Amino acid sequence: MISFSNVYKRYPNGFDALKNIAFTIKLGEMVFITGHSGAGKSTLLRLIAAIERPTTGGIFVNNKNVSTLKNRAIPYLRRNLGMIFQDQKILFDRSVFDNVLLPLQICGFDHWSAAGRVRAALDKVGLLGREKARPITLSGGERQRLCIARAIVNRPSILIADEPTANLDADYTKDIMNMFKSFHQVGVTVLIAIPDAELLGGSQERILALNHGKLAI
Amino acid sequence: MIAWLSHHWHAFFLALRQLAGAPFASLLNITVIGVAFSLPTGIYMLLGNLQVFSGQMSEASQLSLFLELDADKAAILKIESLLKQHPQVINFQFISKDSALKQLKQGSGLTDVVDSLTQNPLPDAFIINANSTEPEALEQLRGEIQKWPKAEHVQLDSAWTKRLDALLKLGQLAVLMLTALLSFALVVVTFNTIRLQILTKRDEIEVSKLIGATSNFIRRPFLYFGAIQGVAGGVIAWLIIAIVIHLINSELTDLVQLYAIDLHLYHLSFEDSISLLLFSSWLGWLGAWLSVATHLWQIEPK
Repeated sequence: MISFSNVYKRYPNGFDALKNIAFTIKLGEMVFITGHSGAGKSTLLRLIAAIERPTTGGIFVNNKNVSTLKNRAIPYLRRNLGMIFQDQKILFDRSVFDNVLLPLQICGFDHWSAAGRVRAALDKVGLLGREKARPITLSGGERQRLCIARAIVNRPSILIADEPTANLDADYTKDIMNMFKSFHQVGVTVLIAIPDAELLGGSQERILALNHGKLAI
Repeated sequence: MIAWLSHHWHAFFLALRQLAGAPFASLLNITVIGVAFSLPTGIYMLLGNLQVFSGQMSEASQLSLFLELDADKAAILKIESLLKQHPQVINFQFISKDSALKQLKQGSGLTDVVDSLTQNPLPDAFIINANSTEPEALEQLRGEIQKWPKAEHVQLDSAWTKRLDALLKLGQLAVLMLTALLSFALVVVTFNTIRLQILTKRDEIEVSKLIGATSNFIRRPFLYFGAIQGVAGGVIAWLIIAIVIHLINSELTDLVQLYAIDLHLYHLSFEDSISLLLFSSWLGWLGAWLSVATHLWQIEPK
């Protein structure tokens, strides 16, 4: 469950990224956040993971108030979130397998059970045959799948994706969207930012439309 | 518990891989630390040996008691009985003025001079062996005997041990100062190494923070790295000293044969060696910790 109440975010340079945002996403729901570039989509997602803090207002994730969370508690919040970043943040100094392994190492899994989980995650995104490959040799679509595998390997209850289909062609986009839908079907709360609703192709999911930092319902 | 062990094993493994990843740079760093550390440790080792040596020498800690020239038989017997009862005296030897004169005649080649004397100018004397080698205790004994009747002068034959002792204390101060300075150097070396590592691992640190790594998780491999590097430096220092001792000892054997004394250097004791390794690893850890504390907060996910 994710809930925003009266959230404002103003950057130090005076720019208001989000103004009076209030919404609630129920457990297991799949929601799209749309809006033009600079509308505040990324900021909204980053507030959920406490990468940034709101200027005022309350943000609740699984009934915990993220806006007042102590710094040392933030890592444990993030472990419950599967995050797919706009700039991917793949580590190019290690194999596909090791990239997906990182979240499990952070949680302290022993090597054998971690290896099983990594393969399961890679299997789900269709990258099992490339586990030893270097990320630099992957295509754009494969890299995005790698990011998804890293986000789901820890079996989070909430999946957050920031423009996961940017720079991908229509086929890949459909592919990736179907993947998110399958996670949604097994009960994961999914939150995806996309530039415009046309990408959904008439999907029935709930949409939160942002316009210059305001929610237009 | 398993997660905790797994975290530590992971960090330890990462640190080792980091060391092995740049073998030449690691070797240089470790050698620098080792050389820096071998200096105070070496002096400490020499001081320890000197102490053992001075202990051996002053085992023959002797006092010479010279009686007044007019001391008669009764006075001599009185002092003999006093010496026998004294708890600090192991044994003693009486040298009468006649035998002393005889010795002088034979030993010095001054036969003519001695023969020309009308009377014996030498006093009766006792050579006393004390049971203590402590300069303070010997000094006290000397003062006590000096007060006995007919005692003219008591001479502490091992007064030089006192001087050596003072010198050793000075040496210990030098070791302390050197250790402080070179420890600082070790901390700086580790600090810089870790700083460079943090800079090259910027992406990894940022991603790790984003997906839920605690600061401890990120800090740990660097701390292990510092500690391992410190221990390795300590081992190098120990080896350098071992080699130096081996070289000096093989030179000393010739000298020792010439002077017919038992003199060779000993390495650090087991306890001292362990202390050296613990101290160097702690310093490495400290350098890493300072570096991590200064640089890690600068890498916040954007």
